Amino acid sequence: MEYFVQQLVNGLTLGSIYGLIAIGYTMVYGIIGMINFAHGDVFMIGSFVALIVFLVLTAIFYSLPVVLFLLIMMIVAMLTTSLYSWTIEKVAYRPLRGSFRLAPLITAIGMSIVLSNFVQVTQGPRNKPIPPMISKVYDIFGISISQKQIVIVLVTVALLAIFWYLVNKTALGRAQRACEQDRKMAALLGVDVDRTISITFIMGASLAAVAGSLYLMYYGVVVFSDGFVPGVKAFTAAVLGGIGSIPGAVLGGLMIGFIESMWSAYFSIDYKDVAAFSILAIVLIFLPSGILGRPEVEKV
Amino acid sequence: MVQAVSTNRVETEKLVPRAIREALYAGAIAFGLFVLLVGLKTDQNIRNELIIVQRWGLLAVVVALVMIGRFVTVVYIRPFIAGQKIADITTGLLPDTMAVRFFRLPYFIAALVVAAILLAFGASLAAAVGPQVGAYLGMVRGLAIIYALAWLLYYFRTFILANFSALGVTILVLYPIFIVAAFGFQGSLKWVDNFGIQILIYVMLAWGLNIVVGLAGLLDLGYVAFYAVGAYCYALLGTEFGWSFWILLPAAGAMAAFWGVILGFPVLRLRGDYLAIVTLAFGEIIRLVLINWREVTNGSAGISGIPKVTFFGLFSFDVSSPNYISKVFDIAQSGAYYKIFLYYLILGLALLTAFVTLRLRSMPVGRAWEALREDEIACRSLGINTTTTKLTAFATGAMFGGFAGSFFAARQGFVSPESFVFLESAIILAIVVLGGMGSLTGIAIAALVMIGGTEILRELDFLKVIFGPSFTPELYRMLLFGMAMVIVMIWKPRGFVGSREPTAFLFKRKSVSGSFTKEGHG
Repeated sequence: MEYFVQQLVNGLTLGSIYGLIAIGYTMVYGIIGMINFAHGDVFMIGSFVALIVFLVLTAIFYSLPVVLFLLIMMIVAMLTTSLYSWTIEKVAYRPLRGSFRLAPLITAIGMSIVLSNFVQVTQGPRNKPIPPMISKVYDIFGISISQKQIVIVLVTVALLAIFWYLVNKTALGRAQRACEQDRKMAALLGVDVDRTISITFIMGASLAAVAGSLYLMYYGVVVFSDGFVPGVKAFTAAVLGGIGSIPGAVLGGLMIGFIESMWSAYFSIDYKDVAAFSILAIVLIFLPSGILGRPEVEKV
Repeated sequence: MVQAVSTNRVETEKLVPRAIREALYAGAIAFGLFVLLVGLKTDQNIRNELIIVQRWGLLAVVVALVMIGRFVTVVYIRPFIAGQKIADITTGLLPDTMAVRFFRLPYFIAALVVAAILLAFGASLAAAVGPQVGAYLGMVRGLAIIYALAWLLYYFRTFILANFSALGVTILVLYPIFIVAAFGFQGSLKWVDNFGIQILIYVMLAWGLNIVVGLAGLLDLGYVAFYAVGAYCYALLGTEFGWSFWILLPAAGAMAAFWGVILGFPVLRLRGDYLAIVTLAFGEIIRLVLINWREVTNGSAGISGIPKVTFFGLFSFDVSSPNYISKVFDIAQSGAYYKIFLYYLILGLALLTAFVTLRLRSMPVGRAWEALREDEIACRSLGINTTTTKLTAFATGAMFGGFAGSFFAARQGFVSPESFVFLESAIILAIVVLGGMGSLTGIAIAALVMIGGTEILRELDFLKVIFGPSFTPELYRMLLFGMAMVIVMIWKPRGFVGSREPTAFLFKRKSVSGSFTKEGHG
């Protein structure tokens, strides 16, 4: 039982990170109907920026509270990735809006290749390890919960709350939901669609940047190719939850996190990704539009 | 006309301040993008700790380049493109004024002479002037050859377009002969292997994927899985049982087709991006199993010592074999024979793919695929069994992937899961879309441009002279590949070849614009 709860905790941590990235996928998909393949690499950029900020901060100030460290890392990473995501949308996706469906998919894959190779060229191909930032571990009823995990879950919950407020209670969120339902009609009613889409990209990228900083803090290492695997899993999470649905993305992220940690604990760590992908395939057989996704109505 | 000129002038006058403003914006954005990732570099010191290396000079250069690029785009390139378009409307002619000025006969002759001189005396000239200038000579030679080829393409474009397939096949068949004639057997290795075989493998894979994506309209992001199945099928059975390539080639195709059906079943009901993610997941599952099922696949270490292909059992390309080709024909030993043989083998396989695709398109199953791509509901209403149609598309596409995979294993002599990553699927899909989905010639051109272009980066020695000897162009290969994907897609969203040949027609076959074909929902 303790072992099981321990795995739940690990899964929750992992799932939070996937959930944060998955929101970026699902929002962009909801609003312009494309898979933003570069999102995983935006996450990686966020992680790298956090790494660089961490190194700069440790070089300048020897002792700052860790909270401040994390906060600065996250904010700088959010700003930088927002700029990246905004630029990518402007350069690679906007000219193809309204074009046929596969064209933005190809530019997105191209951008993903560009970003990961850009980081490889500028930062070098090696693993970048950092000393652990937080190493304290609590022991509660035989379950060890590290401070890192608590930070991750708390940050995720806080961000999701802010995010929920933004999407559901503000004019911006209303514009986003309107664009999601019918872009043309929203434009006719005076919603600035281009701006809304840009902001969607920026929001997704900010969440990915936070996920990247948390990822760096949790694993303590980052490499240029790190965008792919978490990116694909987050995308899997978004699809599993029902792409286009924001609660679905979080739910899917948590599910993927749980599947992974449970599978590594009880079966084999080698096949944890195989398990996650297989469960995706199995779920989609029975629920072809994900768990919380709206079934697509086919109009003739 | 006068008015047009005067408005142009007014626009140019306004253009410069605007361009400066835009350049400043672009510079600010570039600064924001690159300040941390280019300006600072993380590096390991002797104690293996990460330290920060500052590179503000490089950052300044990059930002300045972005600003200059933006300025030039706004002031010169955009008005130039717009001007070319206006010329079209007013004269009713193609915008070839620029091209005619660029492609002149004297230039062509000069380019030919330069290329001939450098080809004939290049080595001695380079020896005389030293390696520094010698590298530039290589660049000049390359540019002269490219110019001459472009000149020929430009002036014979109608002839080339009319007889594209016949010319293409002829050139491909004669290619190794030319190369051997120009560089000798030893010198031909690189050109036949790195360019010829490499490009043809991608052409074949892209043609195979084209059946799934281009004809049936099913988005498959895990095509490399079938390539892997084919490769491991030959690698395992060939090394374990010593079976011949000629038995295992169809076996690998059948195995891959079988896996295509296995993948096809669960995804039959899925559409669009759900299909994309499941196929992607399938590709990853195959790769992860190959990595982790160590008892059979030897894990990440891969399988080596895969037997070579024999010439239908008549003679072999294995030096230790009693009927090694040099012994049979009593000629000098060379690795080039095998490469040339492999070249013709993959050429044959690729042409087989094209032939089968063309034949299938005019058969009921091929027409059902295209109908499925255009409108699935209409298909169902007309009594087409969409299940079998989708499954046959997956299986046929996968079969060609399997053929290509077993060829790949035979060519490399070594397979490992490293060769079957998602990036490969992405590259193949990119070639299909960049070429123009459904258009075989377009796909072949896209493979030539994208794969050939990145391979050529390995040859650019003169860059080392400019950027210093530690500069490795290979490092920028994928970066440029990604950029090329983005640029080509924005420039031509319908791919290189914008027209499609319809399968069914009334009286006469006429090419239609690619934008009339749908891309499918699946």
